[in-house]
Amino acid sequence: MSATAAGSRPAAEGHLTADRRRTPTAVRERLLAALLLPAGLVSLITTVGIVVSLVTETSRFFALVSIREFLTGTRWTPTFEPARFGILPLLSGTFLITAGSALVAVPMGLACALYLSEYAPDRVRRVLKPVLELLAGVPTVVYGFFALTAVTPLLRRAIPDLDVFNALSAIIAVGIMILPMVASMAEDAMLAVPRSLREAAFALGATRLEVALRVVLPASVSGVVSAVILAVSRAAGETMIVAMAAGATPKLTLNPLESIQTMTGFIAQVAQGDLEVDSAAYTSMYAVGMALFLITLAMNLLAGAVRRRYREREQP
Amino acid sequence: MNTTRVARRVRYSSAPGAARRRRRRWLDAAAHALFLLAAAAAAAVLALLLRDLLQTGLPRLSWAFLSSYGSRFADRAGILAPLVGSVYVVLLAAAFALPVGVATAIFLEFYAGDPASPTWLRQLNRILQLSIANLAGVPSIVYGLFGLAFFVRGLALGRSVLAAALTLALLVLPVVIVSAREALRAVPPSLAHAAYALGASRGQAVFTVVLPAALGGIMTGSILSLSRALGESAPLIAVGAWVYVARLPVSPLDSFTVLPVQIYHWASMPQRAFQEAAAAGILVLLLVLLGMNGAAIWLRNKFQRKAEW
Repeated sequence: MSATAAGSRPAAEGHLTADRRRTPTAVRERLLAALLLPAGLVSLITTVGIVVSLVTETSRFFALVSIREFLTGTRWTPTFEPARFGILPLLSGTFLITAGSALVAVPMGLACALYLSEYAPDRVRRVLKPVLELLAGVPTVVYGFFALTAVTPLLRRAIPDLDVFNALSAIIAVGIMILPMVASMAEDAMLAVPRSLREAAFALGATRLEVALRVVLPASVSGVVSAVILAVSRAAGETMIVAMAAGATPKLTLNPLESIQTMTGFIAQVAQGDLEVDSAAYTSMYAVGMALFLITLAMNLLAGAVRRRYREREQP
Repeated sequence: MNTTRVARRVRYSSAPGAARRRRRRWLDAAAHALFLLAAAAAAAVLALLLRDLLQTGLPRLSWAFLSSYGSRFADRAGILAPLVGSVYVVLLAAAFALPVGVATAIFLEFYAGDPASPTWLRQLNRILQLSIANLAGVPSIVYGLFGLAFFVRGLALGRSVLAAALTLALLVLPVVIVSAREALRAVPPSLAHAAYALGASRGQAVFTVVLPAALGGIMTGSILSLSRALGESAPLIAVGAWVYVARLPVSPLDSFTVLPVQIYHWASMPQRAFQEAAAAGILVLLLVLLGMNGAAIWLRNKFQRKAEW
């Protein structure tokens, strides 16, 4: 092995192209890099593949149905006559579940995070944090079952004429599902606030609540906001809970007591059926998937932008 | 936020006066109670969920339940086929996702991320990081749509174990990459530098020194990502996990079903007996997940103790 091979000075030269020697080490190094590169490309190819497959199938759908009807129609009846493909009912269903679950999870999640980062004694924290992580690891099908067999009967005791399948149960279950996400990511952001800021406030006589709300929360606002956006995006893309608890009736409504259908719920429903591959109903699944992909992508990019922008401002 | 601004925010709220001070203390105590309540409620939900499941599912859990196939008769239905299917699909997914994920992490950490690398490589690095970050946020049902279009129909793998495993592998890939990168980064650079000082090439330093040191962390992350794959159902519904499978999948091209999808179907049946079967299935699923998480924690502790270089 030659000690002067470029490979032995990794920081000095680009490795993949620099070493033109034919020593055994150099050859092996180049081979290694050639093996690592395609592995790295897999995730890029996946991204491209997802977009291409969605676009191709969606364009087949738009050959059968006009974009105008898709975007502005108020009825979604893809599998029976007359077939209508207005996505607004699915959008309203998705919005209802997403906004509702955010109303459940965000205040509670932030309260949990504030408790864990500002109030909890170390001993309590060490128990509660794993419990939250455990909740985050529960498969969504379990939350769906929970919504169907525990939440709905409980709600029906209070509201007797509630549908068996209703948006409210799904909202509660999705809210419980994303709560640990909000709490844990928001707590991470709060923990990153330097202790000196808290100490400065305490030295001026502030109470813990004042420190939490006027110092820690404003200082960690970007992390907290991006945690909330990410959790909301997860709620929009959640499938099993809504497929099990919300029903399968696409309806243009914001009434949580009714049975509705979300975009994800529709995809899951159609994917289970045996529709002909070329039918409008089958390809509509991809058009809905495309819309869902764009919505969640926009939210994820927004969350990233919020975090980045803040980081730049805070650096000096 | 600087200290002057902190001072301004706090002073705004600390006007003199004993009544005011008492009110502020009271508010603090009330908030403490409120926040504690929220945290306790989250824990209580977990307890409630578990109690519910145990009550419904435990009586149904038996050796016969574990060792029989699905049935139209709820009291005879078992989870042998979905259990084996789940293990098969997840292990196969791991066989694809782990090597690719770890290789990507090494590529990003030690090759593409190097400031001395050629420009195209650094640009590729940026693009890769962006695409990994975005993939992590793609809803799992969209992965299912992609798997259906590409693996099931495009590559004509059919509704098979292989198509499902490939779909799941892509789904967990971002998680594997991110956790493997963190594990690699946790290894002190001085170890690699020591290897370089002895004349090792970059490949030798990475594969004989850094990778073995990071292995514990990588395994922990891998197990956690696999437990996520085990719980997934939406993408597998899309790629066609069949519900009634009366035999075990042998070849990767066989049809299959998995535990979460079986639970979903049982839960959607109106009969009470199927609900019990679903609850029992969930208990089995949670038990396996708990075992995997436990193994991950055990591994983390074991390697953390060793990792005092």
